[in-house]
This record gives sequence, structure tokens and C-alpha cells, in this order.
Amino acid sequence: MSTARALLARDVRLAWREGGAIGVALGFYLIVVVITPLGLGPDLNLLARIAPGILWVGLLLAALLSAGRIFDNDYEDGSLDVLATGPLPLTVVAGVKCLAHWLTTGIPLVLLAPFLGLLLNIPLGTLPSLVLAMLAGTPAVSFVAGIGASLTLGLRRSGLLLALLVVPLYVPILIFGVSAVTPYVTGPNTIWPPFFILCALSLASVVLAPLAAAAALRTALR
Amino acid sequence: MISLANPSRFLSLVDRVVPWLSAVVVITLGIGLYLSLFVAPPDYQQGETVKIMFVHVPSAWLGMLGYTLIAVAALGTLIWRHPLADVAAKTAAPIGATFTFIALVTGSLWGKPMWGTYWVWDARLTSMLILFLLYLGLIALWQAIDEPGRAGRAAAILGLVGAINIPIIKFSVDWWNTLHQPESIFRVGGPTIDPSLLIPLFVMAGGFTALFVLLHLIAMRAEILRRRVHALQRTQVEHAALAEA
Repeated sequence: MSTARALLARDVRLAWREGGAIGVALGFYLIVVVITPLGLGPDLNLLARIAPGILWVGLLLAALLSAGRIFDNDYEDGSLDVLATGPLPLTVVAGVKCLAHWLTTGIPLVLLAPFLGLLLNIPLGTLPSLVLAMLAGTPAVSFVAGIGASLTLGLRRSGLLLALLVVPLYVPILIFGVSAVTPYVTGPNTIWPPFFILCALSLASVVLAPLAAAAALRTALR
Repeated sequence: MISLANPSRFLSLVDRVVPWLSAVVVITLGIGLYLSLFVAPPDYQQGETVKIMFVHVPSAWLGMLGYTLIAVAALGTLIWRHPLADVAAKTAAPIGATFTFIALVTGSLWGKPMWGTYWVWDARLTSMLILFLLYLGLIALWQAIDEPGRAGRAAAILGLVGAINIPIIKFSVDWWNTLHQPESIFRVGGPTIDPSLLIPLFVMAGGFTALFVLLHLIAMRAEILRRRVHALQRTQVEHAALAEA
């Protein structure tokens, strides 16, 4: 347990000190949200209606952009081999690395989302449910990205391949994520069922994704 | 299954089966096309366009069957290390993707006269489209990894992850929107389609399934032979290098 905690602290510290990594994801999120109204036109009513969708899609893309980082650095400098032969089961290593990605990328993106929502004229009343839904859904985003990152480890053009593999798996998160933020579309008391399904998706991927990622890491390290 | 683990025995079986299966495909598809184009009556509402169904529905079934096959083969690769499971999964992906694509295109052509548009974001269309994307991801992963052993295992993991996800994706897309007609063939209380349309549909489905199996066997044979040629070339190069040294 203390080994896992040490690994988590190391990964968070590395991501933090690398600096650019988190900033690039946040900047990318900003860019996606800024160019969408430029493509759709400045109609504030339209933007308010589709704001949750844009915010979710932008968040998924920004998280994907940084997903390669989950294992790449450790793979290139050899520390992943050390971790694989170390005392910690590879499943736990994979889980800890996905958790670190959520802490260093998922949460900053979620915290940025309400401010970007203001650019899209999102109704202020929906901001709490937006943040809540994103906090519930982003663990699944990070852990599923971990599967993709482990499968594409060390390949050429792995970033593009990662997106192709992972985006279809994000469909449920996107759908329930958006419907957990749009009560004025679906009726007042309907944000809770999708919210709980989001929680279920996150819990399931926290349990299952490290297994798949560890199996994929084993094939890559062999 | 165990005796088929020997690729040579599998190849000789394929060589024996292929001519017969080809005959079955030609005959069933011939009968099926005749029944669906000349015998089946036009629908009272949809007119002749209902006949798109005879291609559309079997293709959609086979698109899903292909992914099921990949998921089962993935278990074979990861758990039993069956040497042919990897070949079966790799060759099923492009065939399944093609049938899914045919289902999407015919559905789109059928949608234009019926719904007035080539594409609607209805639940079943959308989940078929996502199935198609999953296929593309699998094929891309196979092409990105040079070493066949790693490619097979990585694709098997992705195939299983996708198989777990497909019901969830289906459920979420159903939640999201529904406009497509509900299941009308396999349902409680019997089919809602008239037998005059149902019989050609089943004949066509049989013919399409036989075609799938035939294409899959031929593709598997080609893949096994391709790997043998690869191995031979490698040993030749090694021998040449040794002789030079």
C-alpha cells in the first residue's frame, strides 16, 4: 500500500514539475471551446443549448491528447521495466498511473470547464451539475485512456491510433455525461439516473481497466 | 478444436470444405435473390424498397456475428493460446467490418425513401456506426504492431474490452435516442413480418452466413500461408547471412 502511495506521489510530482504537460491539455481544451462558436456562429441561445455537449467533447479530446503520457515516459527511460519486476503487481501499477492521470489532468480540466462554460453562455444554474457530472465521469475517462495508452505503447503514430481505439469506448460516458447536465432539456428531476450511471461506469472502469492495461503492458514489455 | 491446432491439418480441411461451401453459397444466394427479387410481394406501404431489407438485415447480423467471433477468438488467444485463434480474429475483422459497412450503406439508401434522409441519428444506426469504428480500431492496431505475437495479444485485449463495452454502448445509445422500428423478427409473440417476406429473408441470411464462413476460411488460409512465407524468407536471409560470415 505504501509502495503504491509512493508511486502515486512520484507520478503526480513528475506531472506537476514537467509543467507543460498539464498546461498543454488545458490550452487545448480552451482552443476547442473557442473555435466551436466560430464555426457555429455567435447565437447565444444555440450556444447555451449545446454548451454541455461542447464542454464534454472538448474535455474528452483534451484528456486523450495527454493520455499517451500515462506510460510513455516510464517506458522510454526504462522505469516501467523496473516497476514490472518490482514488488507491486503490474495491475496496481497500471491503476496507480491512471489515477495519477486523473489527478493531474482530469481534475484540472473539470475545474476549467465552468469558466469555459461562461464563454458558451451556459445557464449558471447548470454549473454545479456540470462539475459534479464531470467529477463522476472523468475517472472512467482516465482509466479507459490507460487501456489505449498501454495498447499503443512504443508504436509509431501512437497518438492517432490511441484516439481511434479509445473514442468509441467513450460514447457511454459522453451520452450520460451530457444528459446529467441538461435538466432543462429532459425535465427537472432527471439528472440523477444518468449521474448514477456515470458513477457506475467510473467504478467499473477503475476495477476492470487496470486488468486490461496490465495485460497489454505485459505484451509490450515482453 | 485441439486437432485443428495443427495448421497443416486445418489447411487440408479448408481445401476440402471450400469447393462444397462455394457451391452452397452460390445456390443459397441464387435461390434467395430469386425469392426476394421476383417472388416476394412489394410491401403495401414501402413498395419495392422493402427488398433492400434482404441485404440489409443479413449484413447487420453478420457484422455483429463477426465481432462475437473476434471476442471468442480473443479468449482463445489469451486463455488457451490456440495458435489459430489469433489468425481467426485477425481475418474476421475486415470481413465483419465490410458487412457492417454494407449494412450502414444499405440502411442509408433505405432511409432516403422511408425517412426522407440518408442518415438519422437513431439509436440502432448509431450503434452500428460505432461497431464499425471499433472494427477500424482493431484493424489499425493490427497494422501498427509489426510483431505478430504482440499484435495478436494486444488486439485480443482490445477485442475483449470492446465486447464488454458493446452492450453498454448499445444501452447508452438507446437511452440517447430511438426512432428505428423495434425488433420485429425475434420477439415474444412471433415475428411481425409476413411469411412471404420472412422466408426469402431467412434464405438470404443463410446464404450470407455461408458466404461469411467461406470468405473467413479463405482469408485464414491466406494468412497462415503468408506467415509461412514470412518465416521461410526470414530463415533464407539468416542462412545467407551465415554463409557470408
